Amino acid sequence: MSTTNHPTHAATAAATAAPGTRSTAISATGLRKSYGDKVVLDGIDLRIPEGTIFALLGPNGAGKTTTVEILSTLITADAGDALIAGHDVKADADSVRTLIGVTGQFAAVDGLLTAEENLLLMADLYHLSRSEGRRRTAELLERFDLTEAARKNVATFSGGMRRKLDLAMTLVGRPRIIFLDEPTTGLDPRSRRDMWELIRDLVTEQGVTIFLTTQYLEEADHLADRIAVLDHGKLVAEGTAEELKRLIPGGHVRVRFADEAHLATAAAVFGIATRDDEALALQIPSDGSVTNLRAILDALDGTGVQAESLTVHTPDLDDVFLTLTGKQNAPTVPAPSTATATQKESTR
Amino acid sequence: MSTATLAPAKPAKPTRSYALRDSLTMLRRNIKHMQRYPSMTISILVMPLLMLLLFVYVFGGALGAGIGAGGDRGDYINYLVPGIILMAATSGAVATAVSVCTDMTEGIVNRFRTMSISRGSILTGHVMGSVLQVAAVLVLVTGVSLAIGFRPDASVVEWAAAAGLLLFLAFGMAWLSAAMGMGAKTVESASNAPLPLTFLPFLGSAVVPPESMPTALRWFAEYQPFTPINETLRGLLLGTDIGNAGWIALAWCTALAALGYFWSRAVFNREVTR
Repeated sequence: MSTTNHPTHAATAAATAAPGTRSTAISATGLRKSYGDKVVLDGIDLRIPEGTIFALLGPNGAGKTTTVEILSTLITADAGDALIAGHDVKADADSVRTLIGVTGQFAAVDGLLTAEENLLLMADLYHLSRSEGRRRTAELLERFDLTEAARKNVATFSGGMRRKLDLAMTLVGRPRIIFLDEPTTGLDPRSRRDMWELIRDLVTEQGVTIFLTTQYLEEADHLADRIAVLDHGKLVAEGTAEELKRLIPGGHVRVRFADEAHLATAAAVFGIATRDDEALALQIPSDGSVTNLRAILDALDGTGVQAESLTVHTPDLDDVFLTLTGKQNAPTVPAPSTATATQKESTR
Repeated sequence: MSTATLAPAKPAKPTRSYALRDSLTMLRRNIKHMQRYPSMTISILVMPLLMLLLFVYVFGGALGAGIGAGGDRGDYINYLVPGIILMAATSGAVATAVSVCTDMTEGIVNRFRTMSISRGSILTGHVMGSVLQVAAVLVLVTGVSLAIGFRPDASVVEWAAAAGLLLFLAFGMAWLSAAMGMGAKTVESASNAPLPLTFLPFLGSAVVPPESMPTALRWFAEYQPFTPINETLRGLLLGTDIGNAGWIALAWCTALAALGYFWSRAVFNREVTR
């Protein structure tokens, strides 16, 4: 594995990769934004094909919300260009606004109205006819399981219900491109799963493009076709969930042995493994796939050593953030495989 | 950048053509807010009514004698009511500033800003709502005044002129308070910002003639915006001499509205393109 590649090269390569058969929904080159001395975005390149889910993953303050704000015409970048379905977000903001829907980090609902009134308000603002507005409202209430609460004041809603209503309001105008800024932050596990299901259905049923920001690897893993990791205003990695997980050294299999002799034998077989003499265990890097596990077990079988127990440790949020969103003392991070990313793009 | 001209040729819908429709949508939203949470409307109604009753029944006897020519409580009602009505017209300012500020601090305005709607409609909805709210308060305050003995001698035309002037003032105040509401960081400071404005009528000819005040205050009372408006109202409703106060009143109302409008727009645009 090469470790000298500068991480952002991969992102650039992906962004400029030969166009696939799908047209590009969102593209950005060299987006920069600072507030005073604080650089929030330091040159972001993106290319998101139509009908896919893209996740921007990063810790608090990485610049995720700022990216969404620029792409959704809320603020303007200091430098760089961004196109939404071919329309420039700065020069042609109004065309962009007819195509997008935004659901922000904090539920943007009118807390003084009922759920139904909120949706009807959106219908009016999307300039739907009265009957079309009513039909769409009823349809969305039904679909989001809010029919019972339709006439209740939004102020009485739980966090999960508010988020659902928020997303429903975004959908009133049938946007082709939807920005979801941390759609499940602060939700309980049940509401989060509901939200995921709704988001996935949007793509499979209606072919919309979704730009999602999240702090949760699990969420990105669950939903996104491609994930980019943002840290301190820079993209430090980009790829599919699988590609990213492979980059994270946190993924490993831990095998425990009965005694030191077995451990020593096994350690000789797995050159790249880490030995833990005290626990009589061997930590072998792994992506946790069945193929990989079978290979490890086969290798162990071949030597005739007896493994006492085996645990699979898949990379989690901490692994991603501690490695990819580079603290200075973190282990060196390999760049995502540019070749794989480009190949995938061209085989679409 | 040249890509903008190369972009797909589907012409963008001109937002301007939706300005009226969007403003009315926003107005309906604000009216719903007022209906559902009437406490704000009630408080802006109660203030002028309390002032009316306080000045008429507590101070009215003494003040009536004070305004000269052997006046009594009844004469004082006639002197006072145009001032109270004027206060009622300015009282909507606090409610407008608070509702604009609440909107701005909540996520809903960000949603509006990502939609293809007329941007100004967010504010014009508030301003129209505020004017309607004030109109309702004015009708009630005038009604109560008539019930406790206000005896104007105005013709229909004079009533209409008075109403027009008051609504024009309310319109200017609404723009001003919308700007204050947007500029305020918290709802509390938004509710405080317009207070000095609503207090100004007291420092004019609303409750006592400025001639009875110390020199410096009298000078201020004569030249501040609300005194000519007050004198115009008094003239229209009771037939006192208006002189050039009418034109000065219109000029002040225009100035308030223009100041409020351009200030609001400046703050709104600043907030939009951070």
